[in-house]
Amino acid sequence: MTRVGVVTFPGSLDDRDAQRAVRIAGGEPVALWHGEHDLHGVDAIVLPGGFSYGDYLRCGAIAARSPIMAEIIDAAHAGMPVLGICNGFQVLVEAHLLPGGLIRNDHGDFVCRDQRLRVENAGTAWTSRFEPGQEITIPLKNGEGGYIATDDELDRLEGEGLVAFRYLDVNPNGSLRDIAGLTNARGNVVGLMPHPEHAVEPGFGPDTPAAMSSGVDGLEFFRSALESVLARA
Amino acid sequence: MPTIVVEVMPKPELLDPAGKAVAAAIARSGVGAVDGVRIGKRFELHVDGPVTDEVRAEAERLAAELLSNDVIEDVIGISVLDEADA
Repeated sequence: MTRVGVVTFPGSLDDRDAQRAVRIAGGEPVALWHGEHDLHGVDAIVLPGGFSYGDYLRCGAIAARSPIMAEIIDAAHAGMPVLGICNGFQVLVEAHLLPGGLIRNDHGDFVCRDQRLRVENAGTAWTSRFEPGQEITIPLKNGEGGYIATDDELDRLEGEGLVAFRYLDVNPNGSLRDIAGLTNARGNVVGLMPHPEHAVEPGFGPDTPAAMSSGVDGLEFFRSALESVLARA
Repeated sequence: MPTIVVEVMPKPELLDPAGKAVAAAIARSGVGAVDGVRIGKRFELHVDGPVTDEVRAEAERLAAELLSNDVIEDVIGISVLDEADA
């Protein structure tokens, strides 16, 4: 069975949810600890949401320099699928695995809502089961989710198809060009502010026209990764 | 014990929502002369021993690579306080 590591940092909140999402998608979740230098032979990695180190210094900055990140950065450069969710996205940016930065929401408030997104790049390890341009709804909850980069960097990201997800309906945090998530050029490293792991099981996801709390659009992230691991093997 | 002071500010072109909130509070307090606030960070690095060129270079590297993120922030000052100042 495909093994997906989920890293727990001091202050991670959604590590258990990410493990559960991996299990529901058909993979074997493996708990990884920030202080180790050991990936325990996993095939893919999730950096979960939360408030690692209480968001001290900058969101994700201290976690990005924790012991296990040395191995994760090497693995990412070698092509292993790595997904950063919310605080995990901030960690990926601080670790320079994805470009740009995330700052406090422009309106100053924490925001929590079911968020509609467009999948702009369905060619990554974490989005291959979506159609290009597919619209999905997964929960979003952040205080510092405003994506920023220089105009030149934004033009490059758009030109090279590295914008993986864009906010629809409303821009919840002031992210430039409505960017909700990015991929690297190889497509194995993906980061986004919204939370796919909270939309994997009927009864616990966003509302859909069909039924309350029935949204499971997040499941395809994890299924995509499991498929991409098998395709690499 | 000498102290190296590193000061970091959000880039001028970026919105600083925390600074904006403080500016609004200042306006409510009736101080009309202040029309903007930006909030930055000051780090005090306590050095065990003299601040040699090497230590200073190390502090500059830390300021650039850890204490600030050049996508969103600028290091606007690195200075040394000696014991007499501290």
